[in-house]
Amino acid sequence: MAETTTHVAEPTRRDFLYIATGAAAAIGGATLVWPFVQSLAPDAATVAAGAPVEVDLAPIAEGQIVKVFWRGKLIFIRHRTPEEIKAAEDVNVASLRDPQPDSARVKDGKAQWLVVYGNCTHLGCVPLGQQGEYHGWFCPCHGSVFDTSGRVRGGPAPINLPIPPYAFASDTKVIIGQEATA
Amino acid sequence: MSQHSTTYVPKSAFGQWFESRLPIAGLIHSSFIAFPVPRNLTYFWTFGAILAFMLVAQIVTGVFLAMYYTPNAGMAFQSVEHIMRDVQYGWLIRYLHANGASMFFVAVYIHIFRNFYYGSYKAPREVLYILGVIIFLLMMATAFMGYVLPWGQMSFWGATVITNLFSAIPLVGETIVSYLWGGYSVGNPTLNRFFSLHYLLPFMIAGVVALHIWALHVPGQNNPTGIPIKSGKDAVPFTPYATIKDIFAVVVFLIFFAYWVFYMPNYLGHADNYIPANPAVTPAHIVPEWYFLPFYAILRAIPDKLGGVIAMGAAIVIWCFMPWLDTSKVRSTAYRPLYKQFFWVFVGVCLVLGWLGSRPAEGWYVIASQICTVYYFAHFLIVLPVLGFVERPLPLPNSILESVMGVQKGGAGMPAGANAEPQSKG
Repeated sequence: MAETTTHVAEPTRRDFLYIATGAAAAIGGATLVWPFVQSLAPDAATVAAGAPVEVDLAPIAEGQIVKVFWRGKLIFIRHRTPEEIKAAEDVNVASLRDPQPDSARVKDGKAQWLVVYGNCTHLGCVPLGQQGEYHGWFCPCHGSVFDTSGRVRGGPAPINLPIPPYAFASDTKVIIGQEATA
Repeated sequence: MSQHSTTYVPKSAFGQWFESRLPIAGLIHSSFIAFPVPRNLTYFWTFGAILAFMLVAQIVTGVFLAMYYTPNAGMAFQSVEHIMRDVQYGWLIRYLHANGASMFFVAVYIHIFRNFYYGSYKAPREVLYILGVIIFLLMMATAFMGYVLPWGQMSFWGATVITNLFSAIPLVGETIVSYLWGGYSVGNPTLNRFFSLHYLLPFMIAGVVALHIWALHVPGQNNPTGIPIKSGKDAVPFTPYATIKDIFAVVVFLIFFAYWVFYMPNYLGHADNYIPANPAVTPAHIVPEWYFLPFYAILRAIPDKLGGVIAMGAAIVIWCFMPWLDTSKVRSTAYRPLYKQFFWVFVGVCLVLGWLGSRPAEGWYVIASQICTVYYFAHFLIVLPVLGFVERPLPLPNSILESVMGVQKGGAGMPAGANAEPQSKG
């Protein structure tokens, strides 16, 4: 390579052009990453398939847990017995890992219906219903225990089973994926 | 040792013409023919060649499987059964590929523990060693995504459990997971991208393997004494000595491999994976493949989601710090009487962790996992740094030759080939 003989202390116009060109290339390259990363996100068809779903509650007997899917995610709809509701309400909320009263996890006047996501908040396994110390759910994968309000009571799960957005269209029909106000 | 390469002169006129344009024959000659190999290497040093063979075998069998496999959530399971039942020798190619992954890990674990025992990770081989850790991480990612492809129950739930690990990251975890899935749960987009990456990663492994071998050829191989080559009498040329020995070792390893393929091809898998994926039912007991079990046990030992994920990651990342955590100047454990005991305790702890990972997460299994996890990290963070100061190592031999032939016997009765490539280590 030829020796350059320019030992100029002052920045020249050429230095500016070098830096400007380099900066444009760096910003352009970084910008091009964006569409590739964004292409990994859920696509339009997947988003469209995530529209709210209606579930008829009439056939669900007391004490029964029904599994439905919304956005590919499993949801438990549990028709709770009076004993299960009482067990969920008679808990010292402050003693819970993720403190939440039962009343905050059901709709007003519909305490018999518990609607929760059906994947363990630890690593996503499906907990088994009516099992475990509190007869709520027990996760067979890593031993998380949930009560009849879907709240975590033991094991590695960090939080309660989350409540999906849902609203009662009538006494026997819920729309999962729709906020109560809508 | 990089300076031994200059002697290669092609004999034919074409060879000389070609060599002056692309000196690849000279590179092969210096790397795999004239390259000096310590004369005292044991069969534990043949696993690098076995691993190179396994990488090629996995790529070849994988390319043929990809000709029939369909990466679609509705068709993947059927296409794998189609390979097993309808494609000529499809059963063989699939069993070679599935068991090949296990054999790959058998070989890599022997390779890794050989490295731990003989201190191969210490200066001047730190970069060589860290490249190896990177290869191991890429292998784990490749194997995990490959196991998802048949879209059986264990595929689906394994994918769910492992991708959900990323949701433990504060704030951005949920977003990262939905970008991994390409949806709101593990589904068809997930399967598609896993197939794409499963095909890509082996070639990335091949690239890092090339760097790994390059970095190996700078300081040369470690050996059972841990002391470097000091003269030509300590070494033999790579070809024929290492070449033939490696080929023999690969053949013996293939017999072991073939035993699994032909006599118990499903032993290392899970029966649940012959049930098509069902997002409404979890298998009674989700277990990863055997080669992930020790890390899975560490994950489950911590009763906190983020903590468990960090511990599992740290269990491998901590390997990268071994060259600096180990304060002993002596490489080979053969001359470290105290460390030798700790080494075997560590091997035992890893095996127990593996067994615990296969057990359900309940009762005393959890407590045992926690004890073993603490010991696992203590080995790196306490045993390795402290032993270097308190241990009195055994006297090292003056040379590799002396360790093989005994003192005062230099040269007598040596095969002529041993001196074929005289060296002086500067």
